[in-house]
Amino acid sequence: MSQKQNLYGVLAEFPTAAAVYQACEKVRDKGFKNWDAHTPFPVHGLEKAMGLKASKVPWIVLVMGLSGATGGMGLQWWINTQAYPLVISGKPFFSWQAFMPVTFELGVLLGSFGAVFGMLFINRLPMWYHSLFRSQRFEKVTDDKFFISIEAIDPKFDATATSKMLTELGATHVELVEQ
Amino acid sequence: MSSNHAKAINPSDITLPQTHWLRKLPTLAIVVGVVALVAALAMAMGSHEKVEALQWSFHTSYMYFLSMGLGCLFFVLVQFATRAGWSVVVRRFAETYAATLPLFAVLFVPMLFGFHSLFHHWTSPEAKEDPVIQAKAAFLNESFFTVRGIVYVVLWSVLGLYYYRNSTRQDETGDKGLTFKMQKSSYPSIALFALSVTFCAFDWIMSINPHWSTTMFGVYYFAGCIMVVYALMLLTTLSVRGSTKMSNFITIEHIHDLGKLLFGFNVFWTYIAFSQYFLIWYGNIPEETEFYAMRTLGEHGEHWFPLSIALMIGHFVVPFFFLMSRHIKRKPLLVGLGATWMLIIHYMDIHWLIRPNWQSELNHFGLFDMLTLLGIGGLFFGIASLLLGRKSLLPQKDPRLTESMAFENM
Repeated sequence: MSQKQNLYGVLAEFPTAAAVYQACEKVRDKGFKNWDAHTPFPVHGLEKAMGLKASKVPWIVLVMGLSGATGGMGLQWWINTQAYPLVISGKPFFSWQAFMPVTFELGVLLGSFGAVFGMLFINRLPMWYHSLFRSQRFEKVTDDKFFISIEAIDPKFDATATSKMLTELGATHVELVEQ
Repeated sequence: MSSNHAKAINPSDITLPQTHWLRKLPTLAIVVGVVALVAALAMAMGSHEKVEALQWSFHTSYMYFLSMGLGCLFFVLVQFATRAGWSVVVRRFAETYAATLPLFAVLFVPMLFGFHSLFHHWTSPEAKEDPVIQAKAAFLNESFFTVRGIVYVVLWSVLGLYYYRNSTRQDETGDKGLTFKMQKSSYPSIALFALSVTFCAFDWIMSINPHWSTTMFGVYYFAGCIMVVYALMLLTTLSVRGSTKMSNFITIEHIHDLGKLLFGFNVFWTYIAFSQYFLIWYGNIPEETEFYAMRTLGEHGEHWFPLSIALMIGHFVVPFFFLMSRHIKRKPLLVGLGATWMLIIHYMDIHWLIRPNWQSELNHFGLFDMLTLLGIGGLFFGIASLLLGRKSLLPQKDPRLTESMAFENM
């Protein structure tokens, strides 16, 4: 039991993009939830082979963008009609036309903040340390090898059976990684 | 990973099937088009006011369909200039529409006959005593106007036919050199295109009210052109794809991309339209604000005010939120609905640009507008579908075809 608590998961190495792609489809179909694939470059369609759902980032961007635009317009409305009304080049206090650039800019600014920080948040980044870096072989992931990692917290995980399954799926090397 | 790689293409998969409804369209559309135009002419004959009404309607419809042809020409030029891979499977549709541009060279002739009613602000005898118009007389005179018009329509016709001919020749010969040839000529063509469209918008729309001018007007018309292309190509793609094997080549990924571009260039139109309004509103100089005043204020403006507001909402707010979602752009029915909406709203935009300049009891959307839309539209779609039926539906020997077929959005 204590051994399992210490275990991060199992890491399997694949020689080619095609091999990892097909292995991903099998892992997905077996119903694993806490697992990931690691490749040196983006592999087309891998997200489908892994069964990943659509990203939530667009929704964050939408909400942030709309609040930025509303906030920008609201801020200018408040300043120019409530807090400190000034006549500027003979225009009405609330001149929505003149407020449009700021409204637009704030919408874009908060929208892009939402995209960048939302993405980081969903990916749980920045992260100081990741268990997979314990593996010497994992360094090859930035070079020419492809990996699948299945975490020990997955309900279907079993150190021996999962390792065996990955070998059967064509992994050239399978190892257990500690926390 | 796509399984389309290096699959031999079956010629019957990429030609329009004999039973397809687009095969029946050429005869039907051309007959309807000719009948509509002749009927409109017959109805207008005899009454000076009605002839004038027909000229305004014809001009509006002409500028509307011309923007589609021009936009398609620009699409083709940009694909070659950027050596784009993704768009190869849908490029033939744009090439076909661009090849209908000689039609607009022919239909340019009636504009010359309608000269004194459309452009009477600077052709009438009173204009001779107007110092503002006289200052522009070196540019704004009838003979130079006619020469410029001929230059535009000849240039567009030549470019449209050039790309259609070379691309369809490649279908037979498979010569990769043709791609390089078209690539090379696309760069100067884009410059010529930009100049001709800008000045065409100045001449044929802006000069109707010669006291008013803006340097943004060319871009405004261009923004409409390049937006409406994607709506047109989406609808063409969807009507061809549904009942043929073309769905093996044009996937949902290409539809998604056309939808993205439709969304993007609609925002571009908004950006241009708002910038123009914003600067004029801020400057608040009578000679500039006239354009917006006559569309929003006073007895004349009140008539156009609802359309101005409808454009703001219908050309920006509604499509912006409707086309934003990825899920909508990936559903043919919904994205088709968005494209249809944009085609209609684009007509309203052109109508809004041209018609407020005409002071008449007959100035409302009416029978002549419907007949000229049917007439020019019938000829435009008739010729396009005729050309589409003659050749394969995609540039089958384009060196980037496999790249295009394998294209996927992440």
